[in-house]
Amino acid sequence: MAATSATADTAAPAPLLSMRGIRKSFAGIPAIADGTLEIAPGEVHALIGQNGAGKSSMIKVLNGAYRRDEGEILFAGQPVSFTSPHDAQLGGISTIFQEVNLVGYRSVAENICLGHEPKRWGMIDWKAANARAREVLARFEIDIDVTRPLRHYNIALQQMVAIARAVSFDARLVIMDEPTSSLDDNETEVLFRVINNLKASGVSVLYVSHHLDELFRICDSVTIMRDGRTIARHRMSEVTKLGLIAAMLGRDASELESAGLTGFSRAARAPGAEVVRTDGLGAGTRLKSADLAVREGEIVGLAGLLGSGRTEILRALFGLDAHERGSIHIAGGEINEADPRLAIAAGFALCPEDRKIDGIVPGLSVRENLTLALLPRLARRGVLPEGEERKLVESYIGRLGIKTADMDQPIRELSGGNQQKVLLARWMAMQPKLLMLDEPTRGIDVGAKHEIQTLIRQLADRGLAVLMVSSEFEELVEGGDRVIVVHEGRTVEELDGDGLSEDALLRAVAIEVPPAGEARA
Amino acid sequence: MSGTADQMVTKTDTALNTPKPPRRAGLLTRHGTLIAFAVLLVVNVVLTPNFLAMQTLYINLTQVATIAIVALGMTLVIASGGIDLSVGSVMALSGALAPLIFLSGFATAHPAIGLAAAFIVPVAVAALCGLFNGWLVSRYGVQPIVATLILFISGRGIAQVLTNGNLQTFSNPGFSFIATGRLLGLPVQAWLCLALAAGAWFLVRRTLFGRYLLAVGGNERAARLAGVPVRRVKLVVYSLCAALAGIAGLIVSAINSASDANQAGLLMELDAIAAAVVGGTLLTGGKAPVFNVIIGALIIQLVRYTLLANGVPDAVALIAKAGIIIAAVYLQQNRRD
Repeated sequence: MAATSATADTAAPAPLLSMRGIRKSFAGIPAIADGTLEIAPGEVHALIGQNGAGKSSMIKVLNGAYRRDEGEILFAGQPVSFTSPHDAQLGGISTIFQEVNLVGYRSVAENICLGHEPKRWGMIDWKAANARAREVLARFEIDIDVTRPLRHYNIALQQMVAIARAVSFDARLVIMDEPTSSLDDNETEVLFRVINNLKASGVSVLYVSHHLDELFRICDSVTIMRDGRTIARHRMSEVTKLGLIAAMLGRDASELESAGLTGFSRAARAPGAEVVRTDGLGAGTRLKSADLAVREGEIVGLAGLLGSGRTEILRALFGLDAHERGSIHIAGGEINEADPRLAIAAGFALCPEDRKIDGIVPGLSVRENLTLALLPRLARRGVLPEGEERKLVESYIGRLGIKTADMDQPIRELSGGNQQKVLLARWMAMQPKLLMLDEPTRGIDVGAKHEIQTLIRQLADRGLAVLMVSSEFEELVEGGDRVIVVHEGRTVEELDGDGLSEDALLRAVAIEVPPAGEARA
Repeated sequence: MSGTADQMVTKTDTALNTPKPPRRAGLLTRHGTLIAFAVLLVVNVVLTPNFLAMQTLYINLTQVATIAIVALGMTLVIASGGIDLSVGSVMALSGALAPLIFLSGFATAHPAIGLAAAFIVPVAVAALCGLFNGWLVSRYGVQPIVATLILFISGRGIAQVLTNGNLQTFSNPGFSFIATGRLLGLPVQAWLCLALAAGAWFLVRRTLFGRYLLAVGGNERAARLAGVPVRRVKLVVYSLCAALAGIAGLIVSAINSASDANQAGLLMELDAIAAAVVGGTLLTGGKAPVFNVIIGALIIQLVRYTLLANGVPDAVALIAKAGIIIAAVYLQQNRRD
């Protein structure tokens, strides 16, 4: 048994949830080999591990989406076996999924009451429904018009509504899977306040996230899984971030410390010639005026709040939005027309923020996704030389360590980190001059994240110019040779050398934003 | 190669990383179309009198060719994430144009040129109709079902105006060869259909355009970011679909030795969509199983034939067709994860 430390610190209160000896295999391949999870009443408990460690399988076994092969689950002291997430919800365990799965076109009240509408003479009693929705939301200090369609509100609020709905089922345990992945900093603060309110009213939360910093803010304890096994349970006060990463990776903490937390390192050589320069670049309402330059061999970070115009700079450079003001200068002249094909011809490449929406073609194979941009160069009179294509794909799969059954596997079946590697390979094959990355490691597990960061550095060291948007200051500070701060659609400040630190970045980014302490409840 | 051991490891890793039910769907789901076709054949051999006669094969191939040719184009359009309702009307239009051309004064003076023009011009006009559809869809972002509805309605109207709404009968052996001629004992249009299917398969599987087509249908935004000329792909695919419908229109006129703007290609769009769906085309786009669609067309044809040959009324045959589509959709639901 690997999970020995589990018993030591949970002796005091009877746990709300206790999962022991959980096993679950798919077609003989174990997803969970030995899973243990204990959550105390009113506790916010983190579940972490690399992709494939078995976290999501544990959640699905718990809420009845999967049937377990072995093991027992005690909830509030009673053995339980839920048959579906809905069944679990009725039993007091609600799951909030990564994507808000509510009905955008219906009102907030309808969404909250969906499936258990108050009825009167066989008709839905709208007055009662609205009142109930208001009452449920009031518990989270949210005061909005519940009769408006849900999609009228931003994603953060939609997520609050989803949580409110979950709790309105008298949940005693709420499972949150990467709840902050679509939230900006302010919205995250609101979510944390909601979690604290839940906790205060005695509800437990199971919190799954790749953002380790968040865990230290709101979690009381943590369970770490690796290769389908629970390997440790700790109180958050007992562990460090480095320790958690080391435990997830199964590596030595001191070894990680010397190498840094990310896969980045400083540039190996001085930057070369300028690859691209913008003067007062503006597009639409969100990008007002951007001045920046990127040179060969350097990684330039773009920092700013969500909606500050970071992504819009990349979009304008890549010709996805027409640039209405200012200019884009490249080695041989200017780019005046907004067309991704022109940008690609100029040697630009863009890995978008949302891989699923803008990056991969889910139904196509790894091979077809990898060569998509390169096809015109591969094709001879419009015909694709399959042998040559396969050889090329094979070499990239090997070089980047892309984990796939074979190159003809549909890309949607790969993990996020491997999908991102395929997208990077798609552009590497083009041998671009400028690689633009929008949140290159978002939602990617620690191991793959490290590999991708190392790869980006290697590419830059070989002379590629990299322009990288990231919300993770760690990534910007360790990875960026320079970081440009974007605020309300303008480039406002540039940090480099000794002036580039997480503290300095935080101060520069957070202009006019209330300090974090104030936002906390 | 020492790669085998590595590959084994990688395989296990992947399975661990993405724990989900095994990828391989059941035999029925994977080869559902082919199995259904085989079952139909066996049922017919037992039930239908004289089913194994050459004549039966001949009749069925003659009738299925037009559906199959139109279904090929429909499959390409559906694979791009669209749909084309105008194919039946385009058939009527091209079918009406051909006799107008070879019956004209010029063609009677120069029969060879007239005959060639009677094949080329209607198909070119059909392709232009498709270009119009593609232009509406790609330039103005009109939803395909709405954009193609325009020619669905007006295309047949134009054909009726051209012919004054009359049946044009003719006798032109050169032209009728594409529907009544034989090659190696089989109808010419069956060979034509086979050649077109092979062409479509090559297009989808082996060419730049085919890959672009699947990418656009699979995720248009991602395709655009990867530099795929999305608009051009759509223009071409609607033109191709309409050109194929144009060819089918010529065959129908040639079979009947008459062009009938009121009846030619009527409800063909539904048959073509049904064949595509039965063949396993996803209506959401990104997939173009060309040969399965041909089997799909054969199934639809064979069911109709089976019921008619066994004395079941046509109305009931329609219900049976609906049943097949439901079964196909059911299998598709299973096929997706």
